[in-house]
Amino acid sequence: MAEIVSLAQAVADAVHDGDAVAMEGFTHLIPFAAGHEVIRQRRRDLTLIRMTPDVIYDQLIGAGCARKLIFSWGGNPGVGSLHRFRDAVEHGWPRPLEIEEHSHAGMANRYVAGASGLPFAVLRGYAGTGLAEVTDTIKPITCPFTGETLMAVQALNPDVAIIHAQQADRHGNVQLWGLAGVQKEAVLASRRAIVTVEEIVDELQPRPTAVVLPAWAVSYVARVPNGAHPSYASGYTERDNQYYQAWDPIARDRQRFSGWLEDHIYGETAVHR
Amino acid sequence: MSEGYTSDEMMTVAAARALTDGISCFVGIGLPSAASNLARATHAPNLVLIYESGTIGAKPDRLPLSIGDGILAETADAVITVPEIFNYWLQPGRIDVGFLGAAQIDKFGNINTTIVGGDYAHPKVRLPGAGGAPEIAASSKEVIVIVRQTKRAFVERVEFITSVGYGDGPGTREKLGLRGKGPRQIITDLGILTPDPRTCEFTMTALFEGVSRDTVRERTGWDVQFATEPEVIAPPTSHELAALRKFNASEKASE
Repeated sequence: MAEIVSLAQAVADAVHDGDAVAMEGFTHLIPFAAGHEVIRQRRRDLTLIRMTPDVIYDQLIGAGCARKLIFSWGGNPGVGSLHRFRDAVEHGWPRPLEIEEHSHAGMANRYVAGASGLPFAVLRGYAGTGLAEVTDTIKPITCPFTGETLMAVQALNPDVAIIHAQQADRHGNVQLWGLAGVQKEAVLASRRAIVTVEEIVDELQPRPTAVVLPAWAVSYVARVPNGAHPSYASGYTERDNQYYQAWDPIARDRQRFSGWLEDHIYGETAVHR
Repeated sequence: MSEGYTSDEMMTVAAARALTDGISCFVGIGLPSAASNLARATHAPNLVLIYESGTIGAKPDRLPLSIGDGILAETADAVITVPEIFNYWLQPGRIDVGFLGAAQIDKFGNINTTIVGGDYAHPKVRLPGAGGAPEIAASSKEVIVIVRQTKRAFVERVEFITSVGYGDGPGTREKLGLRGKGPRQIITDLGILTPDPRTCEFTMTALFEGVSRDTVRERTGWDVQFATEPEVIAPPTSHELAALRKFNASEKASE
């Protein structure tokens, strides 16, 4: 049953060194504040899982939190490269980063398999691509009914999923709406789940396109208004496109990045939640 | 390029014209998104735009800044989850055209968006990776690629196949069990390449006004062949240019 706690407590209790952590949100509802709290609590040796690593994992990778990244598209959307991710892969800074690389369809199906309690999922994908050769969680499989060759991908079962949503009620039932990405699958595939929310309300009102996660499927709920910034929460906040553009020159330079960490995450002036 | 418009504008207009009204189009971000939105604003008002973020029938009145731009969800006929967009809509072959960009493309239309230089474990340049492209390239009924033509981008053989075009040539797609027909056009800032029906090698079959064969050769990394009489593409109309510039202005204003 979900406990309603502070973000700092949720991360302290649910995220441990060496854990496999999935922070999901497909451009929309990215749990940035929670990611920053993981950096602030100096977690190490994490396996970070996310379809689109985005700026949030650029920050975690640059801060040295990650040993491994499981992903399917590692760019700064609408801007260009993720320079901290590239520096880790190309030069091993601040530490070498192991990668396990998929396509979006593959990652989505891996979460579905994990949420379904199955060891793998099947899809039409990867045939003829280099990915099938470099990623060992992609294997051909023969259909027992038609004999045709399809591709199997191994289930993802992270230790902890972290997502951001618009609302929870006082019991910890969660509702999110708009672009819903793979958050439901990521939460149901994971052993533990943290949900940060814009608002805690007395009663959830059903919304079109809403995903509802009952309190007993969630471990911790923390109220963090604007917790998706610079991503956004439909109905509450707008995407901060300038932040994504401003990130590029910060992330290009190791020193500037280290300064950013000091000022915005570790330092006394940083926003703690 | 002649006065009045840029080669990038010509490229986007040519790509927009390649989309027929009423079809469904799975849209990659960047150049494909600009072209497909231009098509919807001009000759193809009933074009169904599908984005991998989970929107079907998005009708943005400005260019979305990312595939998860809120305007896509707000204007869509349906908003669905990411597993659903790939499993229920793309995989069974419901999508008419997959519209992709590329970092590197080869003479058989194979696309690389993974690494350049070095080897996979130690790349010189690490690119973003696959995203939705491998399955879009495999399962859309056909594929259109839009990419600026440079010697670095247009190579004899891609270093890493992220998304399959015609593989090694004729018969590869059938052997791999890929159900879509594969790339039908590569639209560049110089003209249009289409696959030779016999060899599957991409051949320059159309040129934009004022583009010479020498320019094409200088900016292609393989010994590119030309149609006997390449078609000359008509310049953008004032209507097309006005619509495109309105999009670009709205993009600038929202930055």
